[in-house]
Amino acid sequence: MTTTQVSHKVVLHFPPTVTGQPVVYTLSRDYGLAFNILRASINPQEEGLMVIELSGSEQDYRRATGYLKKIGVRLQPLVQDIRKNDDRCIDCGACVGVCPTRALVVERPSMKVIFNPDACVMCGECVPCCPVGAMELQF
Amino acid sequence: MAKTLEEINEKIRSGKVVVVTAEEMVELTSEKGAKGAAETVDVVTTGTFGPMCSSGVMMNLGHSRPRIKFGGGQVRLNRVPAYPGLAAVDIYLGATALPDEDPRNAVFPGGFRYGGGHVIEDLVAGRRVLLEATTYGTDCYPRREVATWLTLEELNECYLFNPRNGYQNYNVAVNRSDRTAYTYMGTLLPRLGSANYCSAGQLSPLLNDPHYRTIGVGTRIFLGGGVGYVAWQGTQHNPSVERTEQGVPKSGAGTLAVLGDLKQMSPRWLRGASFRGYGATLVVGLGIPIPVLDEEIAAATAVSDEDILAPVVDYSKAYPERQSKVMCHVTYAQLKSGTVELEGKTVPTTPLSSYPRAKEIAETLKEWVSSGKFELTAPVARLPGADAKTAAKPMPDRPPRG
Repeated sequence: MTTTQVSHKVVLHFPPTVTGQPVVYTLSRDYGLAFNILRASINPQEEGLMVIELSGSEQDYRRATGYLKKIGVRLQPLVQDIRKNDDRCIDCGACVGVCPTRALVVERPSMKVIFNPDACVMCGECVPCCPVGAMELQF
Repeated sequence: MAKTLEEINEKIRSGKVVVVTAEEMVELTSEKGAKGAAETVDVVTTGTFGPMCSSGVMMNLGHSRPRIKFGGGQVRLNRVPAYPGLAAVDIYLGATALPDEDPRNAVFPGGFRYGGGHVIEDLVAGRRVLLEATTYGTDCYPRREVATWLTLEELNECYLFNPRNGYQNYNVAVNRSDRTAYTYMGTLLPRLGSANYCSAGQLSPLLNDPHYRTIGVGTRIFLGGGVGYVAWQGTQHNPSVERTEQGVPKSGAGTLAVLGDLKQMSPRWLRGASFRGYGATLVVGLGIPIPVLDEEIAAATAVSDEDILAPVVDYSKAYPERQSKVMCHVTYAQLKSGTVELEGKTVPTTPLSSYPRAKEIAETLKEWVSSGKFELTAPVARLPGADAKTAAKPMPDRPPRG
């Protein structure tokens, strides 16, 4: 039987209770996964976020995601692209609070909502939070 | 020197009227003083563009052949139920109505991607909408079901009738719990992770006429991109709340019931909206011109974001439990700066009401008045004021005996 190798780019959302734990170390040591951290924003007592590429056998990857879920880390597939549809956007600002990397900001003093794709980690949090459906996922 | 409304309308007709937006009035008054501003300016325009759940459309669909009576039956537009308890083919479609098939919050937090507000946006955008109705038959209305595509143009009367819009000030929502809260004030991050607010502040109509001197029943307004009118005080009109020395309410106070012809409106100013974990609604554009009749009105319209205080309320506990606990007050200037200090923490702020669009409404209205196509009206009746002893009461708690 051959083992299938997989590689997934995912966004990990850490609850504050987990930010003190060596999660990535555990993924590597106990589950044998290779990792490549693409972006991380983790502070004690805060909800953390990490964009990471995990590679290994399909079986190990499945076990590892089970471990992450068990300790309360939410796993989200990394989408390919996020776009702001300027025809739909009403410049309210509802998205800026949930954007973890400040890729979406309110420009002052105009109060217009500006999207900076370079700062976006494509976690997709803004998509369901936009009341008028202006933030779009492009796969 | 005091002016009359008729003098201002005469200036509108002769093209000599001086109109500024409520934002421009702040600066102008700080330069010229209220007296100078009252002499210079005739009209101040306001605007707001935010989610307003108490909104909907009253419509008459025309009679089918053979005739059908919706009252007592069920009516759906694009699967969203409308209220049929009126005469045969009159219905009311509310902004927060949801299709029966929508899973709501069964899978939490629900998405609520299509509801009454979205049907209204589709109608206003000229898109066809599917009407489906089932009912019982009578001798005069024998038909029991109907399914047909409709467009706004084909309907008879179709008017937006919003029982509560234009809230005079509003809460700032925060979340002190340990989990994200999904509310009508947007997504609230835990442990004071965000402070969400929803008012145009210094541009907001009723904050520029704090004692309802010029805005009243019958006032002609900008509504959804067309011309509308104030119909009545809005539901939960609550003018007797605490006010600042300038008379500006320190929490949600006055409200307006407004109406206007949907056929004049535009999807730019009426937008279906979805609040994650909460529901569907409608974002409404509303603007009201204020005639500067005297110095007192000039001073009131010069209100700035620094002068307006909003109460900070915990939406994880105080709001849902209806506890009247206000954590503190912050100004709209602080809110607009991007962060506020709460309990020793710097909290990022999130607006839900679009300031750029509010400004665009005030500017559009300014253009309408300046070009002579929009004259001002005196209220037919005044709204209940701070001295009227009108208060929004809670629901009685008096269950029937089992």
